[in-house]
Amino acid sequence: MPETAMADAPAKAATGGNVLQVRNLEAWYGESHILHGINFDVNAGEVVTLLGRNGAGKTTTLKSIMGIIGKRAGSIKFNNQDIIRTTSDKIARMGIAFCPEERGIFSSLDVRENLLLPPVVRPGGLPLEQIFDLFPNLKERLNSQGTKLSGGEQQMLAIARILRTGASFLMLDEPTEGLAPVIIQQIGHTIARLKKEGFTILLVEQNFRFASTVADRYYVVEHGKIIDGFSNAELAANMDKLHTYLGV
Amino acid sequence: MQALYAQLLVGLINGSFYALLSLGLAVIFGMLNIINFAHGALYMMGAFVAYFLLNLGGISYWWALLLAPIIVGIFGMILERTMLKFLAGLDHLYGLLLTFGIALIVQGVFQNYFGSSGLPYSIPDQLKGGVNLGFMFLPIYRAWVVIFSLVVCIATWFLIEKTRLGAYLRAATENPTLVRAFGVNVPRMITLTYGLGVGLAALAGVLSAPINQVRPLMGADLIIVVFAVVVIGGMGSIMGSIITGFALGVIEGLTKYFYPEASNTVVFVLMVLVLLVKPTGLTGRAA
Repeated sequence: MPETAMADAPAKAATGGNVLQVRNLEAWYGESHILHGINFDVNAGEVVTLLGRNGAGKTTTLKSIMGIIGKRAGSIKFNNQDIIRTTSDKIARMGIAFCPEERGIFSSLDVRENLLLPPVVRPGGLPLEQIFDLFPNLKERLNSQGTKLSGGEQQMLAIARILRTGASFLMLDEPTEGLAPVIIQQIGHTIARLKKEGFTILLVEQNFRFASTVADRYYVVEHGKIIDGFSNAELAANMDKLHTYLGV
Repeated sequence: MQALYAQLLVGLINGSFYALLSLGLAVIFGMLNIINFAHGALYMMGAFVAYFLLNLGGISYWWALLLAPIIVGIFGMILERTMLKFLAGLDHLYGLLLTFGIALIVQGVFQNYFGSSGLPYSIPDQLKGGVNLGFMFLPIYRAWVVIFSLVVCIATWFLIEKTRLGAYLRAATENPTLVRAFGVNVPRMITLTYGLGVGLAALAGVLSAPINQVRPLMGADLIIVVFAVVVIGGMGSIMGSIITGFALGVIEGLTKYFYPEASNTVVFVLMVLVLLVKPTGLTGRAA
């Protein structure tokens, strides 16, 4: 992948200060109580990964932060502002961008329209040239219908479109799900490059081998709670525990 | 032969109203998933607003073309904010029943105050008279209705299919939650879209006032045919609504010439045939 500088990348906190603080987060889908008091922090410039089995509450955690879940309680502070009662459009405008697990590519829009759909919420988003530099395939498919792309290309499009917006905090929900190893590697390079440029990334992954190539810290989610957390340096020492948690 | 051309023109005029109304219905259905049965009543309100503007305020037809869609559009947006928005995610039947009730109330109120007979609304001076084309006499106002409706329909299609705002609308039709999570105020967009659809109905009402007179039941008479047009074209399809609207107006006009007895039913016969062969409509997509 070409290594051009991302000169216009948002000025994401080089301070390493606390960007996201989640305390006692609870969430419900209708009558189903999914999250039972989630606590964790994300610091500026970090890649933090939520690990856990299917149904543990990882995706619900991201959706709760984004404000797209029916009912939530507790405290979510983004840059010291509590967003627990904020609507999702306002949360997006504060600088949080979400890439959903199902990718959310719109079939009635072509690739160009999908790419340009999310409005620029603040200055400093990546210009299109840099996005095409990261994902050259997209440039060749601009006039194709969004859902006619391959799974890997759709994932690239889903990530690419949120890089334009100027959001400095990215939430990626299982970006490697169902993708070929070579594409997973490319996504890994992209995340590493975004991290280098100062983006703060909250990642949900089941593939911890992939996560270990990009993450600074991990939290393990089980039954709607964080049950463990460690840094990348502590990964080797926690491997047995992790296998037990994830059932692998 | 002159009678054939005359019926073709009548067909094109009716087609203009069908196209404007079914376009509004398609826009509303696409975005709100609501089958807006109040559309006929809102079309009637457009004509009445033009009538009031002229007779109470001395405001001309030309200003009414702008003001009536805005005024009725605002009324529509109030309906959406106070009632329709609570039906989000529910079965289509609830929206249909609610808007049917709204249509009955609005029509009932107007009937109570204005009776059932038509109120006159004269053609603006600039559009009076006609042109002899040799093979037929073309009233200028009627030609204006066809051309203006076509321009408005194409402009609406362009807005939805070719602009950034249209991309938001189409995306929000597919996944409103995600579009909102991108930072777009989707509830406000839904309200404005309903206002746009209603405004198109009101515009058709203003255009219709000098031709059909202003009557409380003018929308009720038309809306059933318009629904048939929408079913044939395909619910939610923008271009489908426009093409089907004009085409069915012409087919109806031709039927009036060749077999007048069937002219009131030909649209419904076509609807049945389309439903049997392609239930999603000629250009519609499955729900």
